[in-house]
Amino acid sequence: MNHLPVLPVLLPMFAGAWLAMTTGGGRGSHRLLSLMATLLQIPLAAALIYRAGGGISVYALGNWPPPFGIVLVVDRLAALMLLTTAVLAVAALLYALRGDDEEGKSFHTLFQFQLMGINGAFLTGDLFNLFVCFEILLIASYGLLLHGSDRLRTRAGLSYVVLNITGSALFLIALGIFYGGAGTINMADLAVRIAGVPPPDAPLFGAAGALLWTAFGLKAAAFPLHFWLPRAYAAAAAPAAALFAVMTKVGIYAILRVDTLIFNRGAGVLAMFAHDWLWAAALITITLGAVGALAARNIGALVAYLVLSSVGVLLAAVVLGSREALVAGLYYLIHSTWISGALFLLAGVIARARGPAVAGLLIPGPPLGRPWFLSGLFFAGAVAVAGMPPFSGFLGKALLLAAAGDGPPALGLYTAVLGGGLLILIALSRAGSTLFWRQTETAAPGGTPDPVRLGAAVLLLAAAPILVIGAGPILAYLDGAAGQLLSPAVYIAEVLPHLTAPSGGSP
Amino acid sequence: MEALFAIMIGTLTAGGVYLLLRARTFPVIVGLTLVSYAVNLFLFSMGRLQTGVPAVIGQGESYADPLPQALVLTAIVIGFAMTAFALALALRSLGEEGTDHVDGKDAEEGT
Repeated sequence: MNHLPVLPVLLPMFAGAWLAMTTGGGRGSHRLLSLMATLLQIPLAAALIYRAGGGISVYALGNWPPPFGIVLVVDRLAALMLLTTAVLAVAALLYALRGDDEEGKSFHTLFQFQLMGINGAFLTGDLFNLFVCFEILLIASYGLLLHGSDRLRTRAGLSYVVLNITGSALFLIALGIFYGGAGTINMADLAVRIAGVPPPDAPLFGAAGALLWTAFGLKAAAFPLHFWLPRAYAAAAAPAAALFAVMTKVGIYAILRVDTLIFNRGAGVLAMFAHDWLWAAALITITLGAVGALAARNIGALVAYLVLSSVGVLLAAVVLGSREALVAGLYYLIHSTWISGALFLLAGVIARARGPAVAGLLIPGPPLGRPWFLSGLFFAGAVAVAGMPPFSGFLGKALLLAAAGDGPPALGLYTAVLGGGLLILIALSRAGSTLFWRQTETAAPGGTPDPVRLGAAVLLLAAAPILVIGAGPILAYLDGAAGQLLSPAVYIAEVLPHLTAPSGGSP
Repeated sequence: MEALFAIMIGTLTAGGVYLLLRARTFPVIVGLTLVSYAVNLFLFSMGRLQTGVPAVIGQGESYADPLPQALVLTAIVIGFAMTAFALALALRSLGEEGTDHVDGKDAEEGT
């Protein structure tokens, strides 16, 4: 048995545990170990992507055969999410190495455990294991959010923690109903059971599904469960906020996985469960994110609202659910993860250069060192995130709008996406002109920006042109990923090879 | 037994949700604890309620489902850690803000 699929989880686990245990090794060795472990994620994810091109591979932990043991499933989507996370993590870590990791204890340990939770959530094929991975990534994120703590962070942290614990309780209730009703929590097995569920039992599983959507929607920050996001993300340190850019995507990924695998078109009574509600939530999230961006008084909060708006776009793609829409959604997912990460890092650089008095507030501040370079980067990021040509945001949104067809859904989507894009454009131009053009006469206290910090932001921003230039092969890969998502029977047959008729409901 | 168990879970949940909606951090954390008790009991009951049967197949006439017991153990550990963390955070928030209001604002506009 090839052990490659479990490595993205084991590597950060051992690195994190080692970092937690060795306190006397000096900060240099800690930084080196953390950086090596994070860099290694990229070739690992690339190898898994290469492997996923050949089909779905299943890894049974401890060699317990599914559905009794826990399985890790690598399909194209999971491998892609791993690579997206790995690249983002490398950039966030590079930024943190320039001093942010020293502002509090155990930054690198928490960072590695956060990666472990995120990677585990993408790989697992078991709902309870998904819950455990969620908890790992959450408890690490609590620590990262409070890293280098100040009052704002403590306050934002408290509501974030309470909300997420409540969300976990709902997730557990849903798991309990699934296990009590269907006798399994393996996703593939559950899909088989749900497809054959008799109509009288359907409301029970519907309730469990609704609880799952609530728990995942809270993670993804979809309306009306989005209130925690702007405050928490705006308060977090820049590298932590950048890594958090992928956390909302974990929620979206979970919705996408459960929706295409369990509540798919073949799920009988429960097919396309709650899609109307999710559609409305998606459109409102897009609009609220854009309006919030317009109202933001702080550059960190502005970027946090941009993340919120992108969550809405992704949710809309998931609900549309056609092959074209999923391709567009996944493309937009890579784009928005990297670009929002880049903007969080850039916001950190700008706030630092403006000095602690004005920091990220959108008011006139002291002139910046290297204004052309900084403002150029901000402009490129703004163009990419607002969905203007020639960068990746435009391509993602255009693909999604094209996939919406010309029915009633298209009307709402066009209005929300294009109107939201306009509002975001206005918010970003206002923020940019305040930051770079309206200046007070005082000298900049921060000096010229640190080249490594800027480099980390440039690394992620480079994705905007690269995703467009390489769009051909990327879209071809994503098309395969969407194809896998839309044929759940293949997934089920790979996980449960002993089931000859995947559509049957017999236990 | 089922009715008693169900009433128990319902009472715990109702009390927990009521406390969660309070404006002070300590009641909120007690509420979280009650809700997680309710959830753990609920998970546990998903293996069906039985008394005096082993969780091993072949040891007696019937057997209890061991999987929910394993799940609930995991959930208890995680819930306990999370609650402890929330409590520590609430204490720190009290120390930094000087108030135990969940929004960190002053307490005049209600409890």
